Amino acid sequence: MRRASGDTVATLMPVPAIEFRDVSFARPGRPRILDHFSLSVDPGTALALVGRSGAGKSTLLKLVNRLLLPESGAVLVEGRDTREWEPIRLRRRVGYVMQDVGLFPHLSVADNVAVVPRLEGWAPDRVAARTHELLELVGLPPQQFATRWPDELSGGQRQRVGVARALAVDPPVLLMDEPFGALDPLTRAELHAEFHRIQRHVRKTVIIVTHDMGEAFALGDRVGVLDEGRLIACDRPHIVAASREPLVRQLLDALPAIPRRPSEPSEVVQTFRPAAHGGPEGPQYS
Amino acid sequence: MSRLFAFWISHRAELASLLGQHVLLVCVSTFAAVAIGVPLGVLAARRPRLAAPLMAVTSVVQTIPSLAMFGFLLPVPLVGGVGARAALVVLILYGILPIVRTTIAGLRGIDASIHEAGVAMGMTPRELLWQVELPLALPSIVAGVRVAAVVGVGSATIAAAIGAGGLGEYIYRGLSMVDTTVILAGAVPAAALALVVDGSLLWLEKQLTARRRSRSRRAATVAAAVACIVLLSSVVAARRESGAIVVGSKNFTEQLVLGELLAQTIERAGVTVNRRLNLGGTLICDRAMLTGDIDVYVEYTGTALTAVFHQPVSTDAGAVFDTVRTLYAKTGRTLLPPLGFNNTFAILVRGADARSLGLRTIDDAARESGRWRAGFGYEFVERPDGYEGLAKAYGLRFPEPPRVMDLTLSYRALAAGQVDIIAGDATAGLIKGLDLTQLEDSRHYFPPYDAAAVARAETLLRHPEVRAALEGLSGRLTAADMRAMNYAADVEHRDITQIVRDFLARTR
Repeated sequence: MRRASGDTVATLMPVPAIEFRDVSFARPGRPRILDHFSLSVDPGTALALVGRSGAGKSTLLKLVNRLLLPESGAVLVEGRDTREWEPIRLRRRVGYVMQDVGLFPHLSVADNVAVVPRLEGWAPDRVAARTHELLELVGLPPQQFATRWPDELSGGQRQRVGVARALAVDPPVLLMDEPFGALDPLTRAELHAEFHRIQRHVRKTVIIVTHDMGEAFALGDRVGVLDEGRLIACDRPHIVAASREPLVRQLLDALPAIPRRPSEPSEVVQTFRPAAHGGPEGPQYS
Repeated sequence: MSRLFAFWISHRAELASLLGQHVLLVCVSTFAAVAIGVPLGVLAARRPRLAAPLMAVTSVVQTIPSLAMFGFLLPVPLVGGVGARAALVVLILYGILPIVRTTIAGLRGIDASIHEAGVAMGMTPRELLWQVELPLALPSIVAGVRVAAVVGVGSATIAAAIGAGGLGEYIYRGLSMVDTTVILAGAVPAAALALVVDGSLLWLEKQLTARRRSRSRRAATVAAAVACIVLLSSVVAARRESGAIVVGSKNFTEQLVLGELLAQTIERAGVTVNRRLNLGGTLICDRAMLTGDIDVYVEYTGTALTAVFHQPVSTDAGAVFDTVRTLYAKTGRTLLPPLGFNNTFAILVRGADARSLGLRTIDDAARESGRWRAGFGYEFVERPDGYEGLAKAYGLRFPEPPRVMDLTLSYRALAAGQVDIIAGDATAGLIKGLDLTQLEDSRHYFPPYDAAAVARAETLLRHPEVRAALEGLSGRLTAADMRAMNYAADVEHRDITQIVRDFLARTR
């Protein structure tokens, strides 16, 4: 999972699961989306990135699973430049959940979840067991849902299948692009709670992008704010909430109230890198 | 209606075999079109720059009339010639366009997020194609297959013109006998077949669109099984046919009778015969023989001289026969001795006109030509020994250019008063049947048209018994015999097989 290295520095300082080093990216004929952008995400932590529509949030995720390559700078996944990764191998180590889910309409729920395990050549009974386990994990009883078709599900159920599918081969990294954007507030709150429950179990390195400050605060161990291709804030939620940066304030003031997570950690478990590392044993949530 | 059923019942074995050939042509060509069209469609959907020229080419192919397409393919080695092979090539070419088009549409219609999900999950392009894109495009592709198959059922009827068999045989035979019953005997089952094909593929399309994978898989499995059976049986059928002698004929009654006569004669010598009668004309028969698609057919010496070998017209029957025999020999073919009758062009007028105007020779007709409309077959208008030379020789001057029409229909047109003079065959049964009068060629314009079998020399060497049997026909068929048989077929609507059987029994 982590770069095998005898380097003493590396053992002292954990290699970030995902790192953006001075990344710039532009689509031809359009303003630059990312401009000398740097960021790192520690293993097992969830980073929520918030920004206006068109701020380059989706682009950022696609640079991680190599759907896009940076113009300059480098994106490192598990310490390795995405240019050096074999794209297929990289993508199977990076789960991806999209706003419109992209479930395959010609496959049943169970078969949708089983896609990547089958691509990886798992034995049929292992695939079946894993599918069963994942549907349980995302709160869709397999007896009831395994044989259903995507068009028979509600939006929330589809999102749950999308999450199960992204987790199928237990990838260390999970990318979520506006995963709960199209849902009604109640379903959304329910899925936020589910997210924390699942994350307690699987402890992935997660990047969630959203245009909703409230959602960012609800889901991220850290919250980053994107504006015009730059990161103008990135810290633990309560520190970002106290920021005096005018643009951050502007976004925060647009919120009626910042919902407090019930599980907001009282003790500082996670500080800005490299002060600590969030290993799987780290008690992020009490 | 009752005549139609009677025809089907009396020809049930032949009907079944023609229907079988028709289904086979359509199935094999449709599967081949899928095998070519789907990959092309995938390629075009992947590379948009390729799509436009590909669509242009396939669309142009689609606009070529099928008969013209058969004509283009005749001289092409391997894929051309006459028979089922060339017909399959044409049907496949026609089938590709709709399949390419719907494959592209089906692939392009897939939601971008589904595509992106597949890529992001780490699918290779091949995995994405087989597991996501093709299954989702399948209903659209099947819609294209449906169009291709229905078009195929229609085009396959035309394939009878190049001897591919199928229900078109009845249509062509009916057209040349001017017998609606026979036309319907082919057209009705062809239409029914088109409806069945359309309906069953529409059903499959709906099953697939219903997105019930288990059921659609079962349907696809059934379809694949049917395809395998059809392909296997076609291979078996092709095996069984090889080794037989292929008898050809052109597409008018006398030629059908003569083709049947050759076939039965060879069969009596104990050799299996494959009939490929009703081929589209002199040139098709000639090319078919050069490519080895047919082994023997009956040609007329004057026609061979002018139309096949492009030699100047000559009126000496013996000299013409010798010239033609030498020319055939140079191209690996043997002209057998004449059958005994001369089927010259007959310039025909209505019997009533001949009697009231006192017409006896073509010279007499030239006097009247200023008031007359003429109707000629396609060949007569084109041939060097045809209309142009005739008009010069006799000074014919019609007020308007001759109407060009199907040879057989021209007899009816004359009898019905739509035209006043036609060029028919001297031995046509309809001359008597429709009370027409043949005008004498007093200036000996027309070269001799002695009927004689021409065969591939190689075949005769391999089957000396066939040569002996065919030589036995020499001189046995008088003009009166020929006219009587044509009359029996065209006017009395008797079955040609039976007519020939009776003739052979009588003259044994």
